[in-house]
Amino acid sequence: MQGIEPMVPFNILVLVCLAYVLVLFVVAFVVEHPAIRLRARWLRSPLVYTLSLSIYCTAWTFFGAVGYAARSGLEFLTIYLGPTLVFIGWWWVLRKLVRIGKAQRVTSIADLISSRYGKSNLLGVLVTVIAVTAATPYIALQLQSVTLSFGVFASPVDTFGAPPGKEATALWVAVGLALFTVLFGTRNLDANERHHGVVTAIAVEAVVKLVALLGVGIFVVWGLADGPAEIFSRIEASPVANWTLDPGRWIGLIFLSGAAVLCLPRMFQVTVVENVEESHLATASWAFPLYLALMSLFVVPIAVTGLMVLPEGANPDLFVLTLPLAGGQGALAMLAFLGGFSSATSMVIVAAIALATMVSNHIVMPFWLRMQPSRAVSGDVRRIVLLSRRVSIAGIVGLGYAYYRLSGGSSALAAIGLISFVGVAQILPAMIGGIFWRGATRAGAATGMILGAAVWAYSLYLPSFGPEGIISDAVMDHGPWGIAWLRPEALFGIEGMDPLIHALFWSLTLNAMTYCLVSILGFPSPMERVQGAAFVNVFEGGLTTGGWAGGKAEAEDLLILSSRILGEDEALAFFQAEARAQGKEGFLPDPTPEFLDGLELRLAGSVGAAAAHAMLSQVMGGETVSVEDLVAVANETAQVMEYSAKLEEQSEELSRVARQLREANEKLTQLSEQKDAFLSQISHELRTPMTSIRAFSEILMAGDVPSEQAARHAGIIHSEAIRLTRLLDDLLDLSVLENGSVRLDLALVTVLELLDRALLAAGETLPERQFAVRRDLPSESIYVTTDPDRLTQVFINLISNARKYCDAAQPELRIVVRQRGGRMIADFIDNGTGIPEESQALIFEKFSRLTDQNRAGGAGLGLAICREVMANLGGTITYLPGQGGAAFRVTFPLRLQKAA
Amino acid sequence: MGRHVLLVEDEPNITEAIRFILARDGWEVTALTDGAAAEAAIRSARPDVVILDVMLPGRSGLDVLAALRADESTCNLPVLMLTARGQGRDRAEAERIGASRFMTKPFSNSEMLATVRELASA
Repeated sequence: MQGIEPMVPFNILVLVCLAYVLVLFVVAFVVEHPAIRLRARWLRSPLVYTLSLSIYCTAWTFFGAVGYAARSGLEFLTIYLGPTLVFIGWWWVLRKLVRIGKAQRVTSIADLISSRYGKSNLLGVLVTVIAVTAATPYIALQLQSVTLSFGVFASPVDTFGAPPGKEATALWVAVGLALFTVLFGTRNLDANERHHGVVTAIAVEAVVKLVALLGVGIFVVWGLADGPAEIFSRIEASPVANWTLDPGRWIGLIFLSGAAVLCLPRMFQVTVVENVEESHLATASWAFPLYLALMSLFVVPIAVTGLMVLPEGANPDLFVLTLPLAGGQGALAMLAFLGGFSSATSMVIVAAIALATMVSNHIVMPFWLRMQPSRAVSGDVRRIVLLSRRVSIAGIVGLGYAYYRLSGGSSALAAIGLISFVGVAQILPAMIGGIFWRGATRAGAATGMILGAAVWAYSLYLPSFGPEGIISDAVMDHGPWGIAWLRPEALFGIEGMDPLIHALFWSLTLNAMTYCLVSILGFPSPMERVQGAAFVNVFEGGLTTGGWAGGKAEAEDLLILSSRILGEDEALAFFQAEARAQGKEGFLPDPTPEFLDGLELRLAGSVGAAAAHAMLSQVMGGETVSVEDLVAVANETAQVMEYSAKLEEQSEELSRVARQLREANEKLTQLSEQKDAFLSQISHELRTPMTSIRAFSEILMAGDVPSEQAARHAGIIHSEAIRLTRLLDDLLDLSVLENGSVRLDLALVTVLELLDRALLAAGETLPERQFAVRRDLPSESIYVTTDPDRLTQVFINLISNARKYCDAAQPELRIVVRQRGGRMIADFIDNGTGIPEESQALIFEKFSRLTDQNRAGGAGLGLAICREVMANLGGTITYLPGQGGAAFRVTFPLRLQKAA
Repeated sequence: MGRHVLLVEDEPNITEAIRFILARDGWEVTALTDGAAAEAAIRSARPDVVILDVMLPGRSGLDVLAALRADESTCNLPVLMLTARGQGRDRAEAERIGASRFMTKPFSNSEMLATVRELASA
């Protein structure tokens, strides 16, 4: 137990470190593997959660607590007491934070604050800046402790390779940590920002830390001393026992460490963001304080023994390492080294992940998005986010390294840690106020934090860079511009206070006061109010059943409400069943909380959870319907409306299809009937002439007919044969016209010419009677491009009809032709009685012969053919009612274009 | 046994053919073209046989037949129905109403004569 002899060659130490890191890699990798993640349920146990919380114990607590004890006695306990109190009282704050974290999908403490105050990015940036500023020296501290502990093993006596210099060691550690963090913190993007692999690796490190410290403690108590009794007497004798309790400092430090455990970004990350189940908190509420107690159990014995055994001037911050070395326990020293290494690495990794998330989400991404020209953001964002995370991690670890180089790594470890604590504690008022006080505003949170952070930086952070660092001695001693009450460590004339407590007091007091004052004077925006309600009432809000104890609802009222929603029968059946279950007669159960819960569930099935809750709340009278209830109801209503709109759409679609089918069916039926009628008509039209032909030919064949009569019979046969042929011609013509397969021969002719031809042809038809035609030849002398034969066919039909059917004593047909724009109009008007109104709609149908006389021999196809011809010529034929006699109007284009 | 046939047919050439065939065999033929007037004419003329076309202007032959069958004095009158529509539907309908015989146009002259003789002697 004389001098410190390095028992472990430095090379071996480096190898052990690398092997250890490799093990952590494997743990993290295996845990992230989907198959393992599904199978190994213990990975989600509250134990892993609790152990991951141990990143609170950094290298500062692992090594520094002993140093703290050596200098200030039991005061180091304050660092553990704050978190212990917070976790024992988890029901009030932590539970709420975790619930809010889950409800709002909070990804970091900056996100929490930003989200609470109306999703303000200003606050997100502010919290991020404070957190990064405060964390930087803390990360530097971890680098320093690892470097120092490496240094312990470095000795000129060592022949197996000398260790590199301090700066180089710190740099390599920083690079290694950044690499590990990038690899496992940003392997993929998780919507909840959870990192199962990292958390499990952290839990492993927590175990190593605890085992190492306990090991060293046991060695000190039972190896270097003869058990607890001797240790206690040593403590009595040591200077450590002479420490004095400063109540102000104790209260301040307990409060500070309690605030830190809530506000440190890395603690928020493991406590809230990485929390898998809220129930894990209940376990952590006793297990984590127990862990802290075990960590502090041997602190004083190690400190006392170190002071006694080790030579004067040995760094008490390294007693954990130097005592086993001095005792010749190389393996234990190695374990202690790994414990410190674990403490430092786990803190840096989680802090870097948490801070990188904040920097990336609140500074880099908004900036990048704003830099984008108005183009829509593409799927590339994922890559950008990962890149920005990785760069942020490297930047944060880099900042820590830079601080380490700047500060020269000289200050006592504990001092740096407490400075960081005061920094992050500036977030506390906005956080606590945010989850308990609905009236808090964004402006209040921002001004409070800015003022608090400014006071912190001025009175504690900047002076920590040391004399002649950033703030000059003159300012420290006499204040800026000689204003004494602005001296950094004696603000407002309060002197003689411990600088740390002084800074804590002023920064937090001013912060909280400003926060409250600005909030009260201002007014929250609607967004802040909605978010405030969601945060403060996270337990009562919307979808969770708040329990119905103490309600004054009448079962009758509830039945009425339920009937409206569920329908009379179902509601009554439910109430009866419930009443029976309660052992009551009738259909009205007592409104017990169990019954109400069941009813709410039942109603929720019909109208949605939020609406059900709001309705019951109103009937119960106990609770008022809150804003978020209404918002939730509105959301549900919107969904229901969307759903019913979809249903309506579908049913409309269905009825439209049904209508189409019905119409198609009707059309088919009609067509089928038309076809039957058409065939029947054709049969009649064909069989009638054939009957005459057959009858007379049989008479002639018998041969006993006088020749005069025979000639008459043969004449009938002849005319009926012609009639038959004409009928077949018409049918074929109609078929061609209806199929649209008619070939048009276009030519340039005058209407006059066509009418002349038509009159000539119509004159040959029966009957031959006096028939006057009135025309206006000049108006007919217009050239038209059309199919002359087809148009003439229509004209012949109309003229013949007039000749046949005009029943005036002196029949007369007026033909009026005129041009209207690009179209020709030809009217054929006779002076007969015309066509009766009820028949006008039928005349263009096939076989629609109106008169009982078929002297003219037509089969009733003429006008049907005309209609088809005019359609083929791009024109129309219509009946003009009210013209005295029968009147037809034919229109056709002046220039008919040939179909392409 | 009388030899009076009343023919209701709107096609003049067919009327002429039937009249010629029956007249040679010694029948007296009265011809009508209009369905509407047929019933009254039959009632007053009291022919021995009626030849009735289905498709008539004014009133359908089937309609006239139904009216004849509904009246006691004419319910047993022999009626030969003629149709040119050639579809089973007319025949079924005519038989249901009570046509004595049914023939489709065009018909054979000898068959027409034989049918009229048969109806008159029944």
